[in-house]
Amino acid sequence: MGRFTRGFAGRGRAERDPRLPPGQYDTGDRWPVLTAEVTPRVDTATWSFTVDGLVAKPTTWSWDEIHALPASTYAGDIHCVTTWSKLGVNFSGVSVDTLLEAAGVQPTASFVLARSSTGYTTNLPLADVTGGKAWVVWDYEGKPLPVEHGGPARLLVPHLYFWKSAKWVSGLQLLDHDEPGFWERNGYHDRGDPWLEQRYQGD
Amino acid sequence: MTGLVADPVPHASPWKSAKVVAIKDETPRAKSFRLALPEPVPHLAGQHCVVRLTAPDGYTASRSYSIASPPADPRELELTVERLEGGEVSTFLHDEVAIGDELEVRGPIGGWFVWEGDVPALLVGGGSGVVPLMAMLRYARLTGKADLVRLVVSVRTPDDLYYSDEIVGPQSTIVYTRAPPAGFARPPARLAPEDIPQPIAAGTRAYVCGSSGFADAASHMLVDLGVPAQQVRVERFGPSG
Repeated sequence: MGRFTRGFAGRGRAERDPRLPPGQYDTGDRWPVLTAEVTPRVDTATWSFTVDGLVAKPTTWSWDEIHALPASTYAGDIHCVTTWSKLGVNFSGVSVDTLLEAAGVQPTASFVLARSSTGYTTNLPLADVTGGKAWVVWDYEGKPLPVEHGGPARLLVPHLYFWKSAKWVSGLQLLDHDEPGFWERNGYHDRGDPWLEQRYQGD
Repeated sequence: MTGLVADPVPHASPWKSAKVVAIKDETPRAKSFRLALPEPVPHLAGQHCVVRLTAPDGYTASRSYSIASPPADPRELELTVERLEGGEVSTFLHDEVAIGDELEVRGPIGGWFVWEGDVPALLVGGGSGVVPLMAMLRYARLTGKADLVRLVVSVRTPDDLYYSDEIVGPQSTIVYTRAPPAGFARPPARLAPEDIPQPIAAGTRAYVCGSSGFADAASHMLVDLGVPAQQVRVERFGPSG
């Protein structure tokens, strides 16, 4: 173990919630907003979501078309790299599996690069967005997702740090290699598993 | 739009033990901690560090704090920390840490909210959001590039203004939202478009830092004043204790 800090005892370990990964705290009812860009005004009338790259058929959905797909929900926890976690939240939208099945993933694809209408990007292994682990969501606790939290629709990959859950998501590009996204080029981890504390490059 | 492109900074940053060599009261609720690093580590104006506290049983608590000092001496860093009531790390730093203590730090981190003196910069900060902007202003003054920088800081009262002995100058505009100092002409009010120095030079990059509400209001104000959205970089201070 490394050195300890003189005089620091810490607090609250006895009642620590087992749902909290190491180094995280429960933010309770609050939902802090952390974005690096101007919050965009995204109109659902012109909104679209595209799956392209290494797919059989690049596919784009309008707001109405994506809502016509089978609904899928997530109930669980989310974890931000800035050390807050939010426990027991509910999102609904569509499973990324549904979107990828429609476009037809080529066998050589092994990573995805998610992109947003702001130009934000984030990279993920394909295995982290398939098998019921990732969604495009537009409802939070039964109400439209607020714009500051990525509305009208964001990516949701709740088993990874929340910067992977791109706000204002506009598409997924299938790749045969890992291509670092916005925060990943700025020193953050390529995968971002909160249970392994993969916060920064080298973790 | 492809606004969010930043320089690659893909390097691992290990934990280092830094010694507290000076502590300064900035306001009744904010202190600056000057840390001596075990080895020189260059940083950029606008970057942040993570501070980790470790209890004897291994329990840890970490928080990120912006670097207030300019890139000048890579052997030292200064972090300014606001004391948040109930905040596990900030209250410990304020109430317990003394000169000579060792703190574990990691960083500097961040390659986006940084200014390297290459473009005109419009810095807009709310409250404690001034910290990374102060690093930029200090850097500009140190390198003879003060003309490139304009700083607008919004605070509630004079007691909330960090670096008050240093921040004033031809580059700076201070906005008081609740109680201005005696003799201050502008009535107390929230940041308004007319508080932003204009005209805004072509090619200016804006850096907005503050609470989420402040950051949203200020960044949209700048876009409405004609700054392209992709030229606005935002850092939001969430409640992180």
